[in-house]
Amino acid sequence: MQQTPTRTDRDPDRARDADRTAAPERPGEPILSVRGLKTHFATDEGVVRAVDGVDFDLHPGEVLGIVGESGCGKSITMKSVMRLVQHPGRIVAGEIRYRRPAGDGKKAIDVDLATLRPQGRAIRRIRGGDIALIPQEPMASFSPLHSIGDQIVEAILLHQRVGRREAKRIAIEKLAEVGMPNPQQRFDAYSWQLSGGLRQRAVIALALSCNPSVLVADEPTTAIDVTTQAQVLELLKDLQRDHGSSIVFITHDLGVIAQLADHVVVMYLGRVMEQGPVRDIFHAPQHPYTRALLQSVPSLHAEPRVALPTVSGSIPHPLHRPTGCPFHPRCPDAMPGRCDVAMPAMASVDGRPPVACFLHHDQAEEDAA
Amino acid sequence: MAAKTDATSQVYVAPAWKMTWWRFRKHKLAVFCLWLIGLIALISISPQFFATTDPYATSARRAYIPTQFIRVVHDGQLTMPFVYGVVGERNQRTLRMEWVIDDEVRYPVRFFVRGFEYRFLGLIPTDRHLIGFAGAPPGETPALLGTDRLGRDQWSRLMYGTQISMSIGLVAVALSTLLGIILGGISGYFGGLTDNIIQRIIELLQALPPIPVWLALSAALPRTWPVTLVYFAITIILALLGWTRLAREVRGRFLSLREEDFVTAARLVGASRVRIIFSHMVPSFTSHIIAAVTLAIPLMILNETFLSFLGLGLRPPAISWGVMLQEAQNLQSVVNAPWLLLPGAFVIIAVLALNILGDGLRDAADPYAN
Amino acid sequence: MSETAPGSAPAERTDHRGDGDDRVPGGPPLLQVRNLKKHFPITGGFFQRVVGQVRAVDDVSFDVHEGEILSLVGESGCGKTTTARCVLRALDPTAGEVLFRRADGETVDVAKLRESELRPLWREMQMIFQDPFGSLNPRKNLLEIIGEPLYVQGVTSRQARMDRVAELLNLVGLRPEYMHRFPHAFSGGQRQRVVIARALALEPRLVVADEAVSALDVSVQAQILNLLLDLQRRLNLSYLFVAHDLSIVKHISHRVAVMYVGKIAELAPTDDLFRRPKHPYTSALMKAVPVADPDHRAALQGLPGEVANPADPPSGCYFHPRCPFAEERCRTETPQLRELAPGHHVSCHRAEELDLDGIGDLESGGDGAERPFGRAPAAPASADAAPPAEGPS
Repeated sequence: MQQTPTRTDRDPDRARDADRTAAPERPGEPILSVRGLKTHFATDEGVVRAVDGVDFDLHPGEVLGIVGESGCGKSITMKSVMRLVQHPGRIVAGEIRYRRPAGDGKKAIDVDLATLRPQGRAIRRIRGGDIALIPQEPMASFSPLHSIGDQIVEAILLHQRVGRREAKRIAIEKLAEVGMPNPQQRFDAYSWQLSGGLRQRAVIALALSCNPSVLVADEPTTAIDVTTQAQVLELLKDLQRDHGSSIVFITHDLGVIAQLADHVVVMYLGRVMEQGPVRDIFHAPQHPYTRALLQSVPSLHAEPRVALPTVSGSIPHPLHRPTGCPFHPRCPDAMPGRCDVAMPAMASVDGRPPVACFLHHDQAEEDAA
Repeated sequence: MAAKTDATSQVYVAPAWKMTWWRFRKHKLAVFCLWLIGLIALISISPQFFATTDPYATSARRAYIPTQFIRVVHDGQLTMPFVYGVVGERNQRTLRMEWVIDDEVRYPVRFFVRGFEYRFLGLIPTDRHLIGFAGAPPGETPALLGTDRLGRDQWSRLMYGTQISMSIGLVAVALSTLLGIILGGISGYFGGLTDNIIQRIIELLQALPPIPVWLALSAALPRTWPVTLVYFAITIILALLGWTRLAREVRGRFLSLREEDFVTAARLVGASRVRIIFSHMVPSFTSHIIAAVTLAIPLMILNETFLSFLGLGLRPPAISWGVMLQEAQNLQSVVNAPWLLLPGAFVIIAVLALNILGDGLRDAADPYAN
Repeated sequence: MSETAPGSAPAERTDHRGDGDDRVPGGPPLLQVRNLKKHFPITGGFFQRVVGQVRAVDDVSFDVHEGEILSLVGESGCGKTTTARCVLRALDPTAGEVLFRRADGETVDVAKLRESELRPLWREMQMIFQDPFGSLNPRKNLLEIIGEPLYVQGVTSRQARMDRVAELLNLVGLRPEYMHRFPHAFSGGQRQRVVIARALALEPRLVVADEAVSALDVSVQAQILNLLLDLQRRLNLSYLFVAHDLSIVKHISHRVAVMYVGKIAELAPTDDLFRRPKHPYTSALMKAVPVADPDHRAALQGLPGEVANPADPPSGCYFHPRCPFAEERCRTETPQLRELAPGHHVSCHRAEELDLDGIGDLESGGDGAERPFGRAPAAPASADAAPPAEGPS
């Protein structure tokens, strides 16, 4: 569905004129390609299917937004990709193909990350060096005992063949790149001396320090205030524009997704409900869940104090997953005898982005167990 | 499906203690230890019932008899449980008694037999005992764990010692728990100057090296005091020094609970201070207290054993684990009568069981912790 | 200056939408907060000496009218939650008055009452907490949780409590059979319903909602917002609604007070505030909210710098180090909250001369899409970093 190597047009006016239902254009071959990923947690009470069959592609220079509510598996998906899932979690099925052409002094890589040993050298080299994480809690990323500069230098020395002096130069350069004021002095600062916004910048500098091909941002703005969030989002936009970074952005905030993402994956209870270019998702959502999500956010521009359209019920407990489509008990359009029996497959109709819903097509998942 | 829903709704209406119990049950080793502790508790309640003979009775002729095991095989044939008799022969060279098994004499094991008279639970006069040996002549009851220097039956002594050692542990912990909860609670709930004073006292007490203090205090007990009085004095000494850790724990709990929204909520609906403390705060940490107490008992038992072993705690004729181990103090007895160390094994088992039980309780105590 | 009631609504309000519900409720104020201060001491050293004060709430005054929803909005550390807790006396204020008009018409100063005098008062003012997991005692079932206020305030018959709890559960949209279940049986949204039921058990007139929906998932958040609005209308409640999310504040409130470092920056009827903000901080907050529309990307603007430290606030206007319009006066002189237009209070020296961006009339027509934050035509360049030097508009 995405072959033309031209980049999506960033000009909002021209893009808006473009046919919204046309097949999405996505730049280049995917750098990260996830197929049929399943990550389950064997707990005392039963098996939690946190990620249960997830497919998506990340293309170079693209911001992929993964959006969903708590328990939808968005974080576990990316933890699985980075092989950071802790016991009792385990990848039970699927392929995580990471493909990077040679360049930047690095050799070409084509590997299925799901097959690597989680503690092995191969994945450790990729983690940080190729795929870097911007975590939700910036305080936890830095040790309070060492200055942020030293910790960035450590990361550089671990992944690159440079001397300590050169590493320090790179670290200061990265700090400057993320808009850290006085990077020379902040190099010696400790994480607890920085305010929330600067700390998040330092974390991004750390993530960028080894020129990763993919940045995974796991709710990086949830813990910070809205004015600071706007700064961080601007920074990520700049990184994508100026460096062509590929970013996977995980969030529950639809506003943030709308502002940042090129391509959106909507998840619910470990499954992808719908995915497509950001404009299609926001202007022509196909899945009832996506529609419900979009409607239930109060907007600055909507009528005040009127009842918001809501989704009935609440997110099921992960151990009590509904049969069939996980959303059917809350879905206003659920078809009894169909949606509660079979899991709809991801399929696209009339060249529109793929959606997992029987309202749009009749393809059911084959390996419905 | 229906069964599953039933189980689910059962969970929904399960109060906290039930959830704790369910979690605890999953910890198999802790459950086993709970049974073990239950057994030890039974022994402590009525050691006479478990004893085979009078533990105070001495007999110069029967010193250092080795353990007489209960056997079920005689002449290669499976039989009812029995014990072989023993015959003492004086070694002409060392002039020591040496005991050999006399497999001509067999004393079958009987249950609920009549023996010496005692008062069950200190109330009901009876002469029934759990086990006895048919046909054993009076004064020559087979010694299951051997006998000591004075020919006293180790098994019966161990049963009696269990009562004293366990009760010292329990009473001392109960006392220190009371002190700890009251002082820790006051410290944590009221804060401010009160808190400051209590915390400094705790720090002072914790800074005292415990062994010399115990030694000094126990040495200060008049030698002329009767056994029971010494017993109480030791308990109180242990309790007075042992409450500090629990007080800190209680204080910490109070401090963190005070900030909990549900405590604020209770205050904001107009609940009184007493109601907030006893209806909301205390139930929230009772399970922790129980776990902490369970973990404190073995420490107290060890302390008592240790003091008595040094001859500064309980003194004969009182029987406690420590007093019994005192018998095994010298190298000679360890070499010639290793069975005198068996009470030590018993201490280890009891302490381990209590520790594992305490750990299990602590893990099960707070299903909301993670 | 702040002796006057800054929150008293003007007698008649012009209606912006023709929607009757949009009118700001008038009438005598139910709650009058005057010069409220809450300072937390900073202690240091071996003897725990007081070495400084965190001015979490620093001279805050506002009113809440009968049947009104007033929102306190601001970033973390702005003192909104502390203010709310002081109003209920969950915290003891350092100074100031919290005047509450009781049902019998008498006005009492909540800030000065003793605990025993507060207990009967808490029948009339209740709180909804942010964290639906921490605010319910996990060891009590719903009957005990929702029944506690009833029991404490004198309903001793268990049957009477059960009847009332069933009624309350129905009111918040939970099944009465659930009353024997424990909190662990419920999801976050359901728990928040339980918290609301407990708050309503004594039929309060004022409900303080401290970030009542921010811990919830988006799809559940809307349910709770609807419930809160519905209850407000049915029971004629007044809310003091604390939130950090502007979209939610815009959705729910009649009037909004924007707080910055312990002070009120601007207080105005919701529509007024969002259309014509008068304080640069309010405007900056609005511009920073990510709009859930991929076609309005250019609009997002961060605010340089960081929130001031309430233990060591800057001189003059606390906002001046981040304000694009700051001038000499702002660095030296602390602005007072003053009434700029009827009902519109602002604490900015330059409020009259600035022409700030509000949110535009996006919902009204297609051209809104072209100008996401449709600015007033008079000030084409006002959002630029350089302080504009235009005269008063």
